[in-house]
Amino acid sequence: MIRLNNIHKSYEMGSNSLHVLKGIDLTIEQGDFVSIMGSSGSGKSTLLNILGMLDNYDKGTYHLSGNLIANMSEKKAAKYRNDMVGFVFQSFNLISFKNAMENVALPLYYKGVPRKKRNLIAMEYLEKLGLKEWANHMPSEMSGGQKQRVAIARALISEPKIILADEPTGALDTATSYEVMEILKDINAAGITVIIVTHEHDIAAMTSQIIRLKDGRIHEIIRNGELKQFQKSYMKELETA
Amino acid sequence: MFDLDLWSEIISALKKNRMRSFMTAFGVFWGIFMLIVMSGAGKALENGVLDGVRAFATNSAFFWTERTSVPYEGFQRGRRWNYETSDMDYIRDNVKEVEYLSPRLFGNQQAGNNTIRGERAGAFNVFGDYPDYFKIDRWTPVKGRLINDIDMIQERKVCNIGERVVEVMFGKDENPIGQYLKISGVYFQVVGVIHAETRINIGGGKKEETIIIPFSTMRKAYNYGNRVYFFSVTSKPGTKVSDLEEKLKTLLKERHKVAPEDQQAIGSFNIEKEFVKFNALFLGIQVLTWIVGIGTLLAGVIGVSNIMLVIIKERTQEIGIQRAIGATPATVIKHIVAESVFLTVMAGYIGLSLGVGLLEVLNRILLSAGDEMFFKNPEVNLTMALSALGVLVISGIIAGLIPAKRAVSIKPIDAIRDEG
Repeated sequence: MIRLNNIHKSYEMGSNSLHVLKGIDLTIEQGDFVSIMGSSGSGKSTLLNILGMLDNYDKGTYHLSGNLIANMSEKKAAKYRNDMVGFVFQSFNLISFKNAMENVALPLYYKGVPRKKRNLIAMEYLEKLGLKEWANHMPSEMSGGQKQRVAIARALISEPKIILADEPTGALDTATSYEVMEILKDINAAGITVIIVTHEHDIAAMTSQIIRLKDGRIHEIIRNGELKQFQKSYMKELETA
Repeated sequence: MFDLDLWSEIISALKKNRMRSFMTAFGVFWGIFMLIVMSGAGKALENGVLDGVRAFATNSAFFWTERTSVPYEGFQRGRRWNYETSDMDYIRDNVKEVEYLSPRLFGNQQAGNNTIRGERAGAFNVFGDYPDYFKIDRWTPVKGRLINDIDMIQERKVCNIGERVVEVMFGKDENPIGQYLKISGVYFQVVGVIHAETRINIGGGKKEETIIIPFSTMRKAYNYGNRVYFFSVTSKPGTKVSDLEEKLKTLLKERHKVAPEDQQAIGSFNIEKEFVKFNALFLGIQVLTWIVGIGTLLAGVIGVSNIMLVIIKERTQEIGIQRAIGATPATVIKHIVAESVFLTVMAGYIGLSLGVGLLEVLNRILLSAGDEMFFKNPEVNLTMALSALGVLVISGIIAGLIPAKRAVSIKPIDAIRDEG
């Protein structure tokens, strides 16, 4: 599904060059539920943005469903994004002057689905996420959890293969965070690859695979079997803290 | 191709962002509105003034006499003198640049009510004129006819009268044609009611209060001898009337023993000179209108550009989000351009309509205020208005396009993170 081979990425900061990703090799299979962890500056968000074609990389190769993602025209990138990926952001990034239903329906507009039909589909997704009554509310009238659910509905409506979520629970309290994670789990159970970036251990522990980044490199990959171990060490970390 | 979805998307975006839509639209509206009103007012002033002089022969000059100011050939300064009919004959025979020549006599103006009909009486300006006079200062007969050559030759006691004379001397239902007026003791038959086509007034008095009788009749009936008080000439095509004016002055000074250097003895006036002044004045007004108009337009363009820049800055994040969920750059740009075109065209159209409407209302008010106005028929040059609108629309597009291009050229993630 996703194959990264020796991905490098650096940012130009004036005369300095900041080397963020220093050779990432990674394979993610269809249906995986992956979290990317790491301290701030470790490159986790950059990695996610490269996966979502929101950012480009300097060196290496990135294959998505067997297609090499490199030097694409913005038009082609937009089409890939629309077809393959759904984004969920920490700050929700809803269009402020559109109501919940219109926000959810927007990706279908870019696909050329007629207004009536896309609004109907948007309503279905809102219903799935328990937001049917909120369809006509503006983002400013909703709570953080509700906004994030709208954003998830918007990410899902174009039936993507992958959901990319950058700190989806970063702006939410614990109870709401767990709700959102339950939703993401359900989505993953339906066969969609879910990749989230987080710095919260408890959130990461709910995924089936944890990729820990350190200084632009993969520090360790904790897989399904080792998760219990991870949870244990994480609990120990909490106790000592 | 009309894309209903695109338009409903655009209209909802404009509606939801009322303030910025309104501000953009207002910039365009004001630019067009001011341009229309300004140029309309300038044109109205031009129309108003030119309307009063348009029918006047621009190649005409007028001559009268004053007291001499230089002693010459045994005459003292301060001598009073007159032109004579022999001068007129001489000019007709010898100065080939002259097209029309029309001598004039003034009737007795000191006598109070000089015109009597039954119990009605009035004081009017009475002139003895040649029929050629009507070719220089145009009058049209409202009723009856103008005085003609046969009236002149037969020295008929006939007259043309102005509209005010009719009001004073005749009842509302009376037809003045064929009636008689006693003018300074002599009866004249009214053969025409005449209306002046111009407001240029030579010889004083209001033009509506004029009575014109044949020159020959006046000369004989009131015993003017061979005096001529005043005459008008027009130059033939190809001759400048200013040159003719100088030539005639020299000639007349010679014939009447007036010193060649005497600047005062011959009073004269030529319309050509006045027209040059008028034309310069209107050129000035037009230039002013254009300067102000272009200034206003520029202010409108800058306003629209500014607002568009602010909008895009505000929108960069929104554009980033749209791109993250699958909008192509073409879609984004199409939206922004369509939005600004829609907004500017609509605002421009409203500005155009309201500007024209205001001018129309102004015109109605002016018309009802009577026709002695130097402000008439405000009109708008449609080509100018439309090209001004075009400039605004194009500037709106460019102002929207440049930042939009920037917003789509940066990486989507940078656009999303753009915090303004």
